[in-house]
Amino acid sequence: MGAIFRPYSPSDSLQSDRSSGDRQRHREKLREVLKGNIADVISEQSIIGRGPDSIVKVPIRGIKEYRFVYGQNQPRVAQGNGESEQGQKVGKAEGSGNPEDGQAGNMPGEDYYETDVSLEELVEIMFEDLELPDLESRPLRAIEAEYTHKRSGTKRVGIRAHLDKKKTAKSRIKRRFVKQKIENARSQGALAEDEEEETQRFPFNQKDFRYHRHKPDIRYESNAVVLCIMDTSGSMNVMKKYLARCFFFLLYQFVRLKYRQTELVFIAHDTVAKEVNEDDFFHKGESGGTMISSGYQKALDIIQDRFDPSLWNVYAFHCSDGDNFQEDIPKTMELAGKLCENCNLFGYGEIKPTGSIAWGTPMLEKYDDFKASNFATICITSKADVWPKFKAFLSREREKSTSVETDPLGWG
Amino acid sequence: MLRSYDVKDLEKWEALIYEKVEEYGLNCYPQEFEICDHVQMLGMMTYHGMPSHYPHWSFGKSFERTKTMYDYGVQGIPYEMVINSNPCIAGLMRDNSLCLQILTMAHVYGHNDFFKNNFTFSHTHADLIVARFKSHADRIRGYVEDPSIGEAAVEQILDAAHALSFQCRRNQAIKRRTPEQQINRAIEKEYENETTNPEKIREIERRFPVEPEENILLFIRDNNPRLSEWEKDLINIVHEEALYFQPQMETKIINEGWACYWHREIMNSLELPTDIHMEFLVRHNQVVRPIPGDLNPYNIGLNLWDRIEELEFGEARNHSADRQPDSVRDKMFEIREVDRDSSFIRRFMDRETMVKLDLFEAEVEHSDWVISKIADEKQWKTIRNLLVQSVGLGSIPVISIIDSDLEGARGLYLKHHYEGRELEAKYAEKTLEHVYRLWGRKVVLETKLKDNTTRYSFDDTGLSLTAEFSDESFPPYFIP
Repeated sequence: MGAIFRPYSPSDSLQSDRSSGDRQRHREKLREVLKGNIADVISEQSIIGRGPDSIVKVPIRGIKEYRFVYGQNQPRVAQGNGESEQGQKVGKAEGSGNPEDGQAGNMPGEDYYETDVSLEELVEIMFEDLELPDLESRPLRAIEAEYTHKRSGTKRVGIRAHLDKKKTAKSRIKRRFVKQKIENARSQGALAEDEEEETQRFPFNQKDFRYHRHKPDIRYESNAVVLCIMDTSGSMNVMKKYLARCFFFLLYQFVRLKYRQTELVFIAHDTVAKEVNEDDFFHKGESGGTMISSGYQKALDIIQDRFDPSLWNVYAFHCSDGDNFQEDIPKTMELAGKLCENCNLFGYGEIKPTGSIAWGTPMLEKYDDFKASNFATICITSKADVWPKFKAFLSREREKSTSVETDPLGWG
Repeated sequence: MLRSYDVKDLEKWEALIYEKVEEYGLNCYPQEFEICDHVQMLGMMTYHGMPSHYPHWSFGKSFERTKTMYDYGVQGIPYEMVINSNPCIAGLMRDNSLCLQILTMAHVYGHNDFFKNNFTFSHTHADLIVARFKSHADRIRGYVEDPSIGEAAVEQILDAAHALSFQCRRNQAIKRRTPEQQINRAIEKEYENETTNPEKIREIERRFPVEPEENILLFIRDNNPRLSEWEKDLINIVHEEALYFQPQMETKIINEGWACYWHREIMNSLELPTDIHMEFLVRHNQVVRPIPGDLNPYNIGLNLWDRIEELEFGEARNHSADRQPDSVRDKMFEIREVDRDSSFIRRFMDRETMVKLDLFEAEVEHSDWVISKIADEKQWKTIRNLLVQSVGLGSIPVISIIDSDLEGARGLYLKHHYEGRELEAKYAEKTLEHVYRLWGRKVVLETKLKDNTTRYSFDDTGLSLTAEFSDESFPPYFIP
């Protein structure tokens, strides 16, 4: 008695992805995990300054299936290669390097999943549980984003391509009906003639033609520009720059999510300010002294040249370690005031890694007396700080926008 | 060296193999082979080979892990996937060479014979199992779709039940005593004492369970009145599946060894074309080679069977040239019927085999695994005993229910039967949480940490830990 063979059929294999539902559920669970430690993930160096389509490998601690198991590092039996001797080292113990993979099934170990997440998705997760502040609070500052046409009624003259066939046919039928009525009234009783007329052609006439009327359809869209101003002076060491970049990255991603057209301007300054491209901004280092006013002046110039505040939502953010030339401070304060007038929001972030030495008076103290409703300061001291501070920064903006702008349509 | 072949060729070779199977007297279920691609194979592996299985995210996780390992070439797909059912179902991966297919078919017949004849499998209902898994799957899908239950609730019970699924009785062949029998037995024992204490007898009657209960899931199912019917059903399903897979965990070494022994025997007796035969030698050696720093069940199992044959026959034979002598067959068939890994190793692992396998005992010394014992005259028995202890269900701690009315408030008291191996603390805590979820009232687990009796307890306020210090060297405030 032979065995039964079930031959391979490609159609079966198409339907045979039976684990897809369970994989989906597993991924959902991993996503929940990812949400839990998003702060760690986004402050990883490798993510910052990537394009939205790039794929990021994110390590996620696997979801464990707990059982009662014996602890690791208990004496165990294993095989050697034929010349084992007492006292010989045969591997690293658990928790100190590579885990022994031999007993993966029941030995608890850390397994990490490297999940491919596109940056887009990551940002989405990032802001998923965050109530977004209503940033689009200036509807007037919308500019024409799309200019198209849409049909609206008909007209009697036009080009052939716009001919409305249905309406044209209808108007011909109407005209014939009227004509018949008239003729019937004129020759009452002459029925024989009528019959003859039925069979006669009744051609389209110039009067029947109807053409589509087109109306311009303009959609307005609010536009935003983010001005990233960063201090790249010598006192901004690698760590500080990194923290600043982290913050800018979040800000950039966030604004990008809210507006379809987001312009970004990167300004790097030491004693003089330069507009740089994204890559240089996130990756290149500079050195020199610090004149914060130069950066602000540059920002103001750029706003004046390219981003009229009546058309653009302007966000400016400045990151620095707070060192500035004493002489420059009055000018800085003045320009900061001007920036506030021109921006929806102007923020200042001071990067102060714990343990770093401060030279002179930090700007943060100066800004204490600076009063403007659209001005915010934050202080970042460590990598773990970036995300919570960023959240706090946004929620501040949210409070403001919800308290000021209650939706009038909501009541009607 | 790929040979193109089709199902006709496979059928031809299978007929030749089956001839040998009958000639050697293997006693098999009818065999079915399914030819599949690697994704289907991964799917089969994920669901333990079952044609249908209930859904749970852990299978998604397992699929993902195997697929990643396969994609990155860390781990190949095993040549065979065979399930204990009647008819016996096995998968053949279509990308494999003809040689591998022949080898796999021969190997599968070895497993098939083992499933049908080994005593540990006798309670697994091989002829119903596929239908039973199907009905489990249908029921669970039904609960998931039921709007009054839903996926989240089902998942919670399944997560908890999975955590405890292997906390059940070790030897299904030993009959379980009913609660009445347990009480009578305990009272009889008490009366056998010189001084019978009526107080004690009353206490026995009050106690529940009278004897420590290892079937944690079943105990909870039967004694938590607050579980609804569907929850009980889920617990039941998980328990039944665990019971079905238990024998496979118990017989990993003996079963793989048996299948390797027979595929070698069958392959060597078939007149294989030279190229196929050469490939067979390579593949066979890959499968049964020792893995330094680990234990390869194929290697250990095959060596033990060879040793049994050698002792029975009187001398080692050349497996490729000489065929199996008839005289050893009965003895070997008997062993494959009555042994499981632990007894198999205890009975047949002698010092010679241990030296040949180069087995050693390793311990952790400062973050390194260091060989502490090798198979010399004095120590080989210790190594064997440790091996016996760690194979099969030996890797699962014995934990039983001692009391179900703790503090007079229906608290559940679990005790770990400590024999020198400590529980992994983090896992114990989290698993206890699962027990709490199923039991619904306070649960306590007693175990030992660093030789001190330690109690984890979990109730509505969360986890707490108490330790009793057995000796005075540790003052009570010296809690690690």
